Amino acid sequence: MFRYANPAMFMRLSGALLPWVCGAAVIALAAGLYLGFQVPPDYQQGMTVTIMFVHVPAAIVAESAYGLIAIASLFSLVWRHPLADTAARAAAPLGAVFTALGLITGSLWGRPMWGAYWVWDARLTSFLLLLFLYLGYIALWNAIEDEARAARAAAILALIGAVNLPIIKFSVDWWNTLHQGESILSGKIAPVFLWPLLIMALAYMLLFAALWMVRIRTEIVNRRARGLMQRTA
Amino acid sequence: MITSLAAEKLACVRGERRVFADLDFHVAAGQALVVEGANGVGKTSLLRLIAGFLPPASGRVTLNTDRGAISDGEERGRLVGWLGHQDGIKPQLSVGEQLEFFAQLYGARDVIGPLLERVGLSRQRDFPCRYLSAGQKKRLGLARLIVSGRGLWLLDEPLAALDTAGRALTAELMSAHCAAGGIVIAATHDALGLEARSLRLEAA
Amino acid sequence: MSGPFASLLSRDLRLAARSGGGAALALAFFALVATLVPLGVGSDLHLLSRIAGGVLWVGAVLAALLSLDRLYQGDFDDGSLDLIALSPLSLEQVALAKLLAHWLSTGLPLTLLSPLLALLFGLSGQGTWALFVSLLIGTPAVSAVGAIGASLTLSLKRGGLILPLIVLPLLAPAVIFGAGAVSGALDHLSNGALGLLSAFSVAAVLLSPFAAAACVRLNLAG
Repeated sequence: MFRYANPAMFMRLSGALLPWVCGAAVIALAAGLYLGFQVPPDYQQGMTVTIMFVHVPAAIVAESAYGLIAIASLFSLVWRHPLADTAARAAAPLGAVFTALGLITGSLWGRPMWGAYWVWDARLTSFLLLLFLYLGYIALWNAIEDEARAARAAAILALIGAVNLPIIKFSVDWWNTLHQGESILSGKIAPVFLWPLLIMALAYMLLFAALWMVRIRTEIVNRRARGLMQRTA
Repeated sequence: MITSLAAEKLACVRGERRVFADLDFHVAAGQALVVEGANGVGKTSLLRLIAGFLPPASGRVTLNTDRGAISDGEERGRLVGWLGHQDGIKPQLSVGEQLEFFAQLYGARDVIGPLLERVGLSRQRDFPCRYLSAGQKKRLGLARLIVSGRGLWLLDEPLAALDTAGRALTAELMSAHCAAGGIVIAATHDALGLEARSLRLEAA
Repeated sequence: MSGPFASLLSRDLRLAARSGGGAALALAFFALVATLVPLGVGSDLHLLSRIAGGVLWVGAVLAALLSLDRLYQGDFDDGSLDLIALSPLSLEQVALAKLLAHWLSTGLPLTLLSPLLALLFGLSGQGTWALFVSLLIGTPAVSAVGAIGASLTLSLKRGGLILPLIVLPLLAPAVIFGAGAVSGALDHLSNGALGLLSAFSVAAVLLSPFAAAACVRLNLAG
């Protein structure tokens, strides 16, 4: 399988895939948004429920991206795979942006629901901590000059973060019940809302995949350019 | 007891730069090897590679002992006496404390007093190390090297900052170490002042 | 007590005591945070006793982070870490000794000072006891997670700036359970916070030496 993951192979494969993934993302996004505006108002939340369609998928992608970084880090540490470092590094700012998106849409949703932009809801609090985990990870990558050393250190941090993330979520949930909070997304989702939500989730994932590929490709090209400069210097 | 040290097809890569490649050498017990070469040619990297800090990009280093061959880096490190480019001396500790700490850390049973006398620091035993000159710090490093009791000495610029007497002392200690069946590998630009083979590193 | 492990431990404690007053600096910082909070939120002892658990826990965590940079960075900068790595101790044992030294020179003194600061916040007897016990159980986790951060940033000239950013989110559970234990004691509830805190602490202390050793290994190769 590593044969298919070398940078040259990745460039060819991703080059062929990229237009399709981009196209699919745009279509899914358009369809999801259209369907999202067609749903009937919720009996409790009114039309604000439509914020769910941009909020929940962002949250899903934000968490999955951290998982992907952790998996890539494991590959980097155990098998010293060069593409794994690039992939992990490229995913981090995207994950951070999706986390921020989840926080912003969550707080916009909270304003009509709770009457405040920010409530210490368990979900939002966990996401705020996740954002800090992302920022720390990105900062560590940027702080260490030597690239190989930075990659290994960041990989160790990502794995520690991945081990700690469920504990953080658990502790925040525990803290939230202690202080009697409430969550927006408690209870079941009615089927009318489910389809637009699923399509939007797919759209966000495709968007993430497309951006991720672009970022990895950029990094590979950058590396080649640096190599060329070193050789001609 | 160490019988010999051998490197086969050793290569070193730092970042994306190939430092050296296809390096072969062999040093038997009782011999000294001087590593020479211009700045940036990888002398320090070679010493760190032998000490087991740095895994080789390819090739291998084997340390042969009377209990078998060791090719694992960290295991090899347990037989290395190190005198690095940096002094490894804490300004807050006294000379005696510094040396006692290393004696205990390395599980040595040596008495500190005679050792300090040998390197000419017995008067400074209770001085905080911040008052030592660069040459005196080097002498403390030599004492530490002896107290480690290790067979394979790796020395990075051992003569730097030393006066004539200090250089003579270093040469004397190295000769004594070789005579006792140890190995000395030193990276230096200066003449060591003892019988030694030389290994010249060239830019890859 | 002698041997390589004990000698490294006592040397780190001695260095901590001689550089910048060791525990005194962290204690002064802790006391200052505890003084500034009432100046900011007002002198209402009822309010202060409600927030004491959280404020003192956050203060203790921040105070413990102050001295983290000397855990590995000093030894890396002057080459001592090379010599320590070549000793008969494994790097995991080295990391454990350093973790223990950090806790003994910061976590433990902070815990011992906490009842005095609890007094300034009008914390009840049970609340003070819960704070003391939770700090005693939880500060090893702070040192353990902090040690990982210190080993990740040991080669950085300005690692002290990035270290809190890496370490603080990972320490959220310790703060939550620690402060939770205090508020549980105030409300006469048994909420299981101390049990959860113990579990977190044990896991952190067990995992930390391996993670820190991996980082040290990586930096020695650099």
